[in-house]
Amino acid sequence: MNVSVNLENDVDLAQHKIVAKNVQVYYGEKHAIKDVNINIQPCSVTAFIGPSGCGKSTFLRTLNRMNDTIDICRVEGNISIDGENIYDPRVDPVQLRAKVGMVFQKPNPFPKSIYENVAYGPRIHGLTRTKAELDEVVSASLQKAGLWNEVKDRLDEGGTGLSGGQQQRLCIARAIAVSPEVILMDEPCSALDPIATAKVEELIDELRSNYTIVIVTHSMQQAARVSQRTAFFHLGNLVEEGATQDIFTNPQDKRTQDYITGRFG
Amino acid sequence: MSLGALLLIVIVLAILGAVAGRRRALGLVGGDKRALHSLPGHYGQVVFLFTAVPALVLTGLWLFLAPLLIDRMSSESLVGSSLTDDTAMTLVMTDVRRIARGLEVLSANGSLSESDISQMRADFSNVRVRMAEAGVALGADVGPQVFEAAKVYRDYSNTSRVLMNIAVIAVAIAGLFWSLTRISKDYRARNASEKFTVVMLIAASLVAVLTTFGIVFSLVFETYNFFRMHSAADFFFGLVWNPQFRGGSELGILPLLWGTFYVSFVALLFAVPIGLLAAIYMAEYASKPMRSVAKPLLELLAGIPTIVYGLFALITVGPFLRDYFAQPLGLGNSSSSVLTAGIVMGIMLIPFVSSLSDDIINAVPQSLRDGAYGLGSTRSETIRQVVMPAALPGIVGAVLLAASRAIGETMIVVMGAGAAAKLGLNPLEAMTTVTVKIVSQLTGDTEFASPETLVAFALGLTLFVFTLGLNIVALYIVRKYREQYE
Ligand SMILES: Nc1ncnc2c1ncn2[C@@H]1O[C@H](COP(=O)(O)OP(=O)(O)OP(=O)(O)O)[C@@H](O)[C@H]1O
Ligand SMILES: [Mg+2]
Repeated sequence: MNVSVNLENDVDLAQHKIVAKNVQVYYGEKHAIKDVNINIQPCSVTAFIGPSGCGKSTFLRTLNRMNDTIDICRVEGNISIDGENIYDPRVDPVQLRAKVGMVFQKPNPFPKSIYENVAYGPRIHGLTRTKAELDEVVSASLQKAGLWNEVKDRLDEGGTGLSGGQQQRLCIARAIAVSPEVILMDEPCSALDPIATAKVEELIDELRSNYTIVIVTHSMQQAARVSQRTAFFHLGNLVEEGATQDIFTNPQDKRTQDYITGRFG
Repeated sequence: MSLGALLLIVIVLAILGAVAGRRRALGLVGGDKRALHSLPGHYGQVVFLFTAVPALVLTGLWLFLAPLLIDRMSSESLVGSSLTDDTAMTLVMTDVRRIARGLEVLSANGSLSESDISQMRADFSNVRVRMAEAGVALGADVGPQVFEAAKVYRDYSNTSRVLMNIAVIAVAIAGLFWSLTRISKDYRARNASEKFTVVMLIAASLVAVLTTFGIVFSLVFETYNFFRMHSAADFFFGLVWNPQFRGGSELGILPLLWGTFYVSFVALLFAVPIGLLAAIYMAEYASKPMRSVAKPLLELLAGIPTIVYGLFALITVGPFLRDYFAQPLGLGNSSSSVLTAGIVMGIMLIPFVSSLSDDIINAVPQSLRDGAYGLGSTRSETIRQVVMPAALPGIVGAVLLAASRAIGETMIVVMGAGAAAKLGLNPLEAMTTVTVKIVSQLTGDTEFASPETLVAFALGLTLFVFTLGLNIVALYIVRKYREQYE
């Protein structure tokens, strides 16, 4: 933790995928995120934990400018991905979201076939030239999402006909299909049973080698199992951020300690 | 005793019963509510229902069935007269009922006593004049037999009235006491009143279903009469609609159906794209303040009576299309045209389509939109590829509903498209629709039992079958999509 300022700055560009500086988020008058600074490392899993309403989802959504779709939401500060400020007026949020994919709390497959669900992203971004290429992308994404064996014979069936866990993995496949660099996951397992959760966690662990993953979770065990780094939020503040092991075994802040030992939340 | 008074008595009895039921229930347990199976109010409810409902049902049945019976009995006194024909019999019975009512009025205002009435004879007393005093205008002079039948009719009606009053009050009182005696500490009043409510709800829906069947049945019946007089082949396949007063009409439905579909098609062509785009704007793009102004404004359009739209067609749209399109293009010179009616009907349907579609689009879960945005779709991509497909079944339903309305619309067609039945492609020509002809055939001067009048029922039935088909198709589509999406 005791790294010199100079070194930190160098590491900024070399090692950090996402750098957030002095981020403030307001919903109308409500100050939901207060002066958050965080660096997120590439090809690793970062977990956001904290009591309900502390702003985890809000902060996560600033990372791919999903908050733009909420009228009353205002974001201040600086967030850069690969050194490029994503709130720069020249940045097209649509392009950004192709690079920073998102998986939501409730599985939300489109009312289309399984194939079309996965093909949706590549189609709108024109990532493939031929049908064969598209087929390739779809099957590769489904394979990476660990769903291929379960659905390969029923790609034409509706995505909404799958079980909850399968739907969530379909959503992950859908996000992977546009080859993002970052995948944001907002409580991806909260609607799933333990077995489906285990599968998704396994998947997240595998995806780590190629993607930068940020996951919001309410389960301390999950954060401990899947993440390398953990950030604890409280009432809109980022209280503490560090290696997952440190946060769970040796929290620096009283609030973090109270939360992970279950004293509040 | 008038009907109102009778109903009042029943209701008062029921309320008294409710109070008594509540009291009795509480009395049985010494005022301790907790010892009762149900709340005290439930016991009152049960008594109320058992008092009022059977009595009211009996009243309804009696009012419905008694006239039929009385008709039958009083017409027996006419048997043996020259009336063998059914239609003539119906006419005479109408007179009988009117005279009976006149007599009743005269006796009620004291100008005739009971003995006067029984001595009154059609051939001596001047019945027509006396009836006119009572506000009953009679066409022809009244024959003695008819007058006698009217007297019998009046007697029966009065007896029936008295009997009904007695029976209804008796049933109410019986229900009251029967349900009161059933109250005990363990009587499940809540379940009973619940069950009773269910039965009433079922009865209400049965009434709705049965009336539909009744309507269809009466249509089928008169249609059958029509086809006994007129060839079905001409009706279904005839290309000419040309009713004549003295028979020998050509009554082909095809020109009318063609007109109906042509006008509806134009209307939908106009209303569906505009309505849908307006709905998309309203649901996806409009800001809150915009939406809160525009949506009610649009819905205001839906409240305008169709006759006002008809006027708009007649004085504005029709002449405009004639002067600027039809005449310059040499396509006709009538201000009534398919296009006029179609456009105005389309305007009428816009709020219908847009407000239904707006609700449907709003019902598409936000999570689907988030999913699409999260993958980097633009707004219009999200709408086209995610929101619209998800909303499609509902939108198809909305469009088909709009189509049913278009097919059933009459006023705008009369005033916009005219009343000339024609088979043609030119949209600037006058044409007409099935509904318009139903009205004009039924309100014509021809006698009821002629094919020219009865054809209205055949037209109505055909229209009914078409809209039914449309709705079945709509349901099928909606269900198919739903299976796919759920
Ligand atoms: N669309 C919105 N409009 C107004 N306020 C919002 C909106 N979304 C979130 N908030 C507010 O911002 C704060 C942070 O909400 P956020 O959803 O980020 O919390 P969270 O940490 O994700 O909670 P949870 O764990 O329950 O998901 C809350 O106080 C919430 O009321
Ligand atoms: Mg959240």
